[in-house]
Amino acid sequence: MASEPLLRVEDLRLHYRSGNGVVRALDGVSFDIRRNEALVVLGESGCGKSTLAKALMRLLPRNVQHFSGNLLVDGVETMGFSEERFRREVRWVRISMVMQAAMNALNPVIRVGEQVAEPLRVHRGWSARQARERTAEVFGLVGISADFLQRYPFELSGGMRQRAVLAMALVTEPDLVIMDEPTSALDVLTQASIMNALKRIKQELGTSFILITHDISTSSEIAERVALMYAGQLVEFADAKDFFGEPAHPYSKLLMASVPRLHQEETPVHIPGQPPNLLDPPEGCRFAERCPSRFDRCDRDPETFRIGNRRTVRCWLHAAGSRV
Amino acid sequence: MSAPARDIRRSAAGPVLSARDLHTWFELRQWGFLRVGSVRAVDGVNFELQAGEAVAFVGESGCGKSSLARTLLGLHQPTRGEVIFEGRSLGTLDARERKTYLARVGFVQQDPYGALPPFMDVRRILHEPLIVHGVRNRAEREKRAREALEEVRLSPPDDFLSKFPHMLSGGQQQRVVIARALILRPAMIIADEPVSMLDASVRVEILQLLRSIQTNHGLTLAFITHDLSTVRHFAERIFVMYAGRIVEQAPVNELLNHPQHPYTQALLGAISDPDPDNALQMREVPPGEPPSLLKPPAGCRFHPRCNRMIPGTCDQEDPPEFEPRNGHHTACWLYR
Ligand SMILES: Nc1ncnc2c1ncn2[C@@H]1O[C@H](COP(=O)(O)OP(=O)(O)OP(=O)(O)O)[C@@H](O)[C@H]1O
Ligand SMILES: Nc1ncnc2c1ncn2[C@@H]1O[C@H](COP(=O)(O)OP(=O)(O)OP(=O)(O)O)[C@@H](O)[C@H]1O
Ligand code: SF4
Ligand code: SF4
Ligand SMILES: [Mg+2]
Ligand SMILES: [Mg+2]
Repeated sequence: MASEPLLRVEDLRLHYRSGNGVVRALDGVSFDIRRNEALVVLGESGCGKSTLAKALMRLLPRNVQHFSGNLLVDGVETMGFSEERFRREVRWVRISMVMQAAMNALNPVIRVGEQVAEPLRVHRGWSARQARERTAEVFGLVGISADFLQRYPFELSGGMRQRAVLAMALVTEPDLVIMDEPTSALDVLTQASIMNALKRIKQELGTSFILITHDISTSSEIAERVALMYAGQLVEFADAKDFFGEPAHPYSKLLMASVPRLHQEETPVHIPGQPPNLLDPPEGCRFAERCPSRFDRCDRDPETFRIGNRRTVRCWLHAAGSRV
Repeated sequence: MSAPARDIRRSAAGPVLSARDLHTWFELRQWGFLRVGSVRAVDGVNFELQAGEAVAFVGESGCGKSSLARTLLGLHQPTRGEVIFEGRSLGTLDARERKTYLARVGFVQQDPYGALPPFMDVRRILHEPLIVHGVRNRAEREKRAREALEEVRLSPPDDFLSKFPHMLSGGQQQRVVIARALILRPAMIIADEPVSMLDASVRVEILQLLRSIQTNHGLTLAFITHDLSTVRHFAERIFVMYAGRIVEQAPVNELLNHPQHPYTQALLGAISDPDPDNALQMREVPPGEPPSLLKPPAGCRFHPRCNRMIPGTCDQEDPPEFEPRNGHHTACWLYR
């Protein structure tokens, strides 16, 4: 099964129940990721990035109204797995995750080393000693000295805590690590050094990464593939080279023009308007209200078209491409 | 909004705001009474801001940016040194004059999500400072609230006046925060990381908004950020802070094109532009972390991380400020 992607996601949907109706936070998302590949998921606040991460890990809040789609790991469909089987074979075993703001969620009264070792003890049943040795190794990998094993979270800087939660996701040697906004709260030097650590880990362990962020510049430090989300849907999926070089979807283009660059004279341009309300998204293209290229066909929900090698775009302008 | 312009003209001769030998230290105690030492959050800062200019303070988390802002606003009492606004030291103002000062300097605080009281609607949020500063007439307050909303492009104001913060997007909340800072028609605005929590496209929008209000009204704008890639477009001068001090200052393009201090060079080197080739190489980052402000290193505070450190000098003596290029100042022994 070597040719199968590590993870294939088909038409994934996750809707929440809320006081005002149903929030269609994730509404038909498909993509795949290969072994040792780094995929970056970009999108504005509220577009459903964290919801995607939760759906992939099947860590669902109570108010889920609808959850459907396919999730194939090495070609094996897992949506039908019982919770028990999913936990035994997938979650924290094949796929692990660093949640948004996890670095602030470390338990203040437990030593960092013990917290990082916990997945090994709980999910693998390792002895305390085995777990400690492995944890020390992983600390080295993420750039924390082994002295820190004995420290409490409050004794660590933000950057160190972020490395610790990354270590926690890596101890079980998963094939895929999902990271939700791992560096957004950190400053540039710390960001750069954590991105360096990720690159090294990817090289040394062959891990795949899904990095979720709204920081486009930092994401380019690791991105090989880029998925751009808008209002609960995937609007473009492409090689990083193509996406950063020549974005195809009108939203991708505007988004890239809004990114400030250190050595660029022109002022970045913001995207006027706001994303639609996910309680009641428009029938047609969800970006239409803000799209400078909209035309009559855009009143209908655009299909996803394949343009070029491994690139898809959800926009009527690209209808010349083949349907996906 | 004509008041600020008039005031600016009056003070155009000298700097609007200056900091002289400013120190803000926080006593650190264990169990509430044992004195452990002082956190030297601001530790010898000097600068002058001219009327109508926009400047940016940049530096890593914890280097003292917010403490400096709060000291400039008179919210922290300096441990040593003084803040001078329009020729008068803040320390010499009486209670009434302090209140006037706070009306003349608007504050946009860090963290838009925590900045607005959740139980007040936008109308009340905007009326409140006017009430505190003695605008008794309700119709007058309402008029100014509407003007302020128009100014930050939340229009028509009727769509927003009766909304509560949780009904607004992050960008809209931040615009309300700015409207509140503008409502007393200040001569100056201090904005502490006004956009760091927001999406790139909204960030640019808010920064442009601040910049256009600043130029339209001749306001002085000091904004604090750790994002050097936006500074070029929204400020004229940059101050780089490290561990409680200003280590480099210059006009924006001069600083970005010819950074002198090794710390500034490292900071600029760590910034990514969205380039797919980034993924192919490691980025150079200085080792270690910023020092503890409780016991900062002797000599140059950056020396434990600096790859150009001069042994015997940098690790022993505090570097004074040098001017290696015209109008470009830096505290580093390389330029003695
Ligand atoms: N448990 C929940 N119940 C109801 N609505 C939710 C829940 N979690 C998220 N939402 C809503 O779903 C949408 C998508 O949220 P999500 O957290 O996935 O966005 P995001 O892209 O991760 O945003 P951010 O960049 O701000 O983290 C938002 O409108 C959000 O308010
Ligand atoms: N009221 C206070 N009492 C004690 N220590 C404080 C206080 N306020 C700030 N500090 C300390 O002073 C130092 C500087 O903090 P400050 O908030 O000014 O940094 P900053 O540059 O604004 O950081 P950030 O980018 O994270 O906002 C930190 O070590 C902080 O813990
Ligand atoms: S489908 Fe139409 S409205 Fe939507 S992005 Fe494409 S051109 Fe714009
Ligand atoms: S003074 Fe010395 S240690 Fe400090 S930045 Fe300059 S060269 Fe480096
Ligand atoms: Mg999120
Ligand atoms: Mg701060």
